[in-house]
Amino acid sequence: MEPFTVLTAPAAPLPLANVDTDKIIPARFLKTIKRSGLGVHLFDTLRYDREGKERPDFVLNQEPYRGAQILIAHENFGCGSSREHAPWALLDFGIRCVIAPDFADIFHNNCFKNGILPVRLPRAVCDQLMEDAKMGGNARLTVDLARQVVVRPSGEEIPFQIDPFRKHLLLNGLDDIGQTMQHAPQIDAYEQARGRDQAWLPGISAG
Amino acid sequence: MSGSTPRTLYDKIFDSHVVERLADGTCVLYIDRHLVHEVTSPQAFEGLRMAGRKVRRPDATIAVADHNIATTDRKSGIKEEDSRIQVETLERNVAEFGVPYFPVLDARQGIVHIIGPEQGISLPGMTIVCGDSHTSTHGAMGALAFGIGTSEVEHVLATQTLLQKKSLNMLVQVEGALPFGTSAKDLVLAIIGQIGTGGGTGHVIEFAGEAIRGLDMAGRLTVCNMSIEAGARAGLIAPDDTTFDWIKGRPYAPKGEAFEQAVAYWRTLPSDAGAHYDKVVTIDAAKIAPMVTWGTNPEAVLPITASVPDPSAVADEAARAQMQRMVEYMGLTPGQKLEDLKVDVVFIGSCTNGRIEDIRAAANVVRGRKVASGVRAMVVPGSGIVKQQAEEEGLDRVLTEAGFEWREPGCSMCLGMNPDKLTPGQRCASTSNRNFEGRQGPGGRTHLLSPTMAAAAAISGHLADVRQFG
Ligand code: SF4
Repeated sequence: MEPFTVLTAPAAPLPLANVDTDKIIPARFLKTIKRSGLGVHLFDTLRYDREGKERPDFVLNQEPYRGAQILIAHENFGCGSSREHAPWALLDFGIRCVIAPDFADIFHNNCFKNGILPVRLPRAVCDQLMEDAKMGGNARLTVDLARQVVVRPSGEEIPFQIDPFRKHLLLNGLDDIGQTMQHAPQIDAYEQARGRDQAWLPGISAG
Repeated sequence: MSGSTPRTLYDKIFDSHVVERLADGTCVLYIDRHLVHEVTSPQAFEGLRMAGRKVRRPDATIAVADHNIATTDRKSGIKEEDSRIQVETLERNVAEFGVPYFPVLDARQGIVHIIGPEQGISLPGMTIVCGDSHTSTHGAMGALAFGIGTSEVEHVLATQTLLQKKSLNMLVQVEGALPFGTSAKDLVLAIIGQIGTGGGTGHVIEFAGEAIRGLDMAGRLTVCNMSIEAGARAGLIAPDDTTFDWIKGRPYAPKGEAFEQAVAYWRTLPSDAGAHYDKVVTIDAAKIAPMVTWGTNPEAVLPITASVPDPSAVADEAARAQMQRMVEYMGLTPGQKLEDLKVDVVFIGSCTNGRIEDIRAAANVVRGRKVASGVRAMVVPGSGIVKQQAEEEGLDRVLTEAGFEWREPGCSMCLGMNPDKLTPGQRCASTSNRNFEGRQGPGGRTHLLSPTMAAAAAISGHLADVRQFG
């Protein structure tokens, strides 16, 4: 997982409440064998018309938001089905941070598993940030996880709260595997010891 | 670990693989062998790719496609798109990550749980995992083997370890000898019938006793294969001379001097006298008859001579409702003799009973006889090696002359992920391990039984007692 440290990027305003995971990624795209590749279907029904053409009025179809890495929305973001495809689709599009007044629980957890930072800020602050985001090319926000602040284009800093353990995992890019990898020296030592004890055990090659 | 506390086989294997014990008792457990197939691995490899990780030990990993692949005209490829994409994805992933792979047209290809032991990849004392619940099969080698989910597949690929807590120890002691006409399949069905599908929950089962010692390796693999159907995390059988003789000379087994060293180590594995089990069950093998399931879980099993049970005779309301549902789904009438149930399809194969010994046993019953008219009977060998061996012995001819289809290796009608499916309402005598609703195809009705019992059903056109086939 990629560490999340300081992100400075265009932010896309999505002034909608109750954005459910079906909106984020419709069920028909779940037959995939991949976690990646879902980005083109992110917000599919909002983003494309019936013929599959882009709807010009949807924010992610406009510059500079095609390159957005931050998304700002309203209440209860990520509700509905627990599909992990939702954060996979966001991540594949390039979104690393979602700012909203609150999030559905499972989605919130799934974000952390996939290296996405969900930031909870009051509705009024979200609205302010959306106004900032509408400044187009000048609308770059900075999210500094170590200092726990969102920096507005004006330079004003808005603090946010986050669970210290999750902060640690995100800052260091650690998922379950990442955590286990912190035991790499022990795994190495175990393998070396086993190599001596069980030298008789051959490896596999399909030759 | 001090040598003074007597330990079980499970304790010994688990303890020797603990890399580190974390504060809450979770262990970083080292994994010796990781078997990979096409259905549960794509997102795991994808995860590695996205995180820029490598497969830590390709030389401890083996991949094969088995669940999806066609069991006819192999060379023309897979027609169903979803299936084809999964197999192609596996092939791309193993190439990219350098994982050893037995290609679809390689003789070593087969059901992942058949080929592990067959190739000498699964050996005593090992920890073995695979993204598939029937990984318990490999416990017959005297290994700790269990199924894992996709996120854990990724975890093992990346770290060669799993985060695990230890299970409880359970002993299933099978005394006496199996009577004429019965086999390992009847034994394990009888065990599940006795302890129930939840009987092993939270435990690792060690199968022991005279009847277990008396089983050949094929039979032991059948028993451990179905330990998962009793709810157990894994099933185990202590390795002995039968095990060592069977392993000797297999492609990936240690050779020469190394083999002798391995055997010396393997002999230290069996449970110590006085080792503690959290649960003990004793079974009398001599009382076991050829078994067949009548319902939609493996616990709903009876001797072939029995009749369909009557739900109205069941006192407990929930149990009665469940039995009622099973009787209805299976299209049965209470009191009907099991032997009178006509079958439409007979399936001999799967990781439970797709080995050469199973095909030999079936062919012995079939020899000189014909499949009953109206019955579709198929044999799907567990691997390309099994298929070759059977053809060398002429078993394919015995079976095809009788009217059986002789197919390419794979999971096939065990789960109906490829085109080999039951149609709604069809009744199937199957040597596989799961009789859940729709398992072999939507609306399909599965009766689990042994290979010889399946052969007897094919010839009779209905479920039949193989003991009358001489
Ligand atoms: S044969 Fe059946 S039980 Fe065995 S691995 Fe294949 S699908 Fe699973």
